[in-house]
Amino acid sequence: MSTQPTIQPATAHGEPIPAIAVRGLHKSYGHHEVLSGIDFFVDTGQVVCVIGPSGSGKSTLLRCVNRLEEPTSGEILIEGVDICDPETDLDATRSRIGMVFQQFNLFPHLSVLKNLTLAQRNVRKRSKDEAVEIARQNLAKVGLSEKESAYPAHLSGGQQQRVAIARALSMKPDMMLFDEPTSALDPELVGDVLAVMKELAQEGMTMMVVTHEMGFAREVGDKLVFMDGGVVVEEGRPVDVLSNPQHQRTQAFLSKVL
Amino acid sequence: MKRTTRRRLNIWGINLAVVVVIVVVALIADWGKIHHNFWNPGGVSLGSDGNWGDLITIGAVNTVKYTAIAFILGLVLAVVLALARLSPIATLRWISTAYVEFFRGLPALIVIIFMGTGLPIAFGWTPPGGLVGAGLIALIMVAGAYMSETLRAGIQAVPKGQTEAARSLGMSGGATMFKIVLPQAFRVVIPPLTNEFVLLIKDTALLSIIGATVGDRELTNVARDFLSSGASAGTATSLIQAALIYLVITIPLTQLVAWQERRQRKATR
Repeated sequence: MSTQPTIQPATAHGEPIPAIAVRGLHKSYGHHEVLSGIDFFVDTGQVVCVIGPSGSGKSTLLRCVNRLEEPTSGEILIEGVDICDPETDLDATRSRIGMVFQQFNLFPHLSVLKNLTLAQRNVRKRSKDEAVEIARQNLAKVGLSEKESAYPAHLSGGQQQRVAIARALSMKPDMMLFDEPTSALDPELVGDVLAVMKELAQEGMTMMVVTHEMGFAREVGDKLVFMDGGVVVEEGRPVDVLSNPQHQRTQAFLSKVL
Repeated sequence: MKRTTRRRLNIWGINLAVVVVIVVVALIADWGKIHHNFWNPGGVSLGSDGNWGDLITIGAVNTVKYTAIAFILGLVLAVVLALARLSPIATLRWISTAYVEFFRGLPALIVIIFMGTGLPIAFGWTPPGGLVGAGLIALIMVAGAYMSETLRAGIQAVPKGQTEAARSLGMSGGATMFKIVLPQAFRVVIPPLTNEFVLLIKDTALLSIIGATVGDRELTNVARDFLSSGASAGTATSLIQAALIYLVITIPLTQLVAWQERRQRKATR
């Protein structure tokens, strides 16, 4: 895939607009508050990793970014556009945000190639030839060209996740969200998926990654955000947060996982 | 006596008793009379005076035709009802629920009589296709209610992640339903839907209670007419013949369902 020129949207003052800007986000299920006032930013071209114990709200935050979860209050701007505004075309916005799930969520009744072309045709209205060409480029990128006529059930977990990444990339998104992309994989299959993600990061893709892979966060991430109890506890350069955590809760978490 | 020996003796005892009963019944039965009343030679002859001709070319053909029409249109109705039942719009959900509960709670026979005679008497209106058409509409309405519940279960069996993946790619709610969810739901419900098809074949027999022209009669209706006419009149021969025809159609289908279920169990393992 050719690397897209990164266009920096600019405000009237020449300030770059963040790819993702979350302000004062609250999310509750009944009386249970999962997110308690989150401010969170991802700049264009940045790779931001989000870590934290389970139940800290990190996946909920990520799912709010393309409104798979409905925020209770707060503001979410994608490239400056408020996605909670009823006037916003949510489907169009979502098509510019690639999403990769923990459970892959490939379409089991469609071949790998069809998984990659369906939304291109249905949403982007690309011709069949164009969609197939883009799909093949992305399959090659994740190293699975020979699997285009296979069905998801016949692929390993690692292969399925790489197909899922290729499916998201085939929409030519401006940014990618990864929701614990390696958590459901056997340990020996994690490396292939992380390698694909690293390559994407090096090409300048804007990425938000909820993960438990501290090595990936340290090596690839531009920023690391630690969440606990529905708030951002600490954020900064990955190397700083990981080796010199300031907050006691961060220290306690890292001592358990590192 | 050892437990296993005693058990084996018990089994032999039951087998012996069953055989004795069968032999006694066979010995005391009046086979001539049974043969005459249930398998009258005149009715089952292959000549022009036999029953097979009308039973097959009129009865069985119409039964299959009515079943196919009721199944296809009932399925279309079922899709609409299931989507309404799962709709975010409360009014649609309410109407669909009320419809399904209403028609599942009634005997199909009363709906058929209502459409075939009640409506024409009350409003002077006969549905298209005459009385058989009216009965068919009733069957479609009832079958749609049952099949919509089957479909709803199938739709709900598709994991939520499938919808989320499609929506995250920018697909609309409708496109997600028709291209991602429904194709997977239909796979799950093919065995139960085949079962509904078998039930529907048998339910078309209910149409025999409303008057039909000679050429529009389904299988049970044709068989009933042969009770009092033709070479086997006055005997039950035509009913036995009709029963055989029903079994020839339904048993392969129930076997098909069993095979589908075995295959599905294997595939999901």
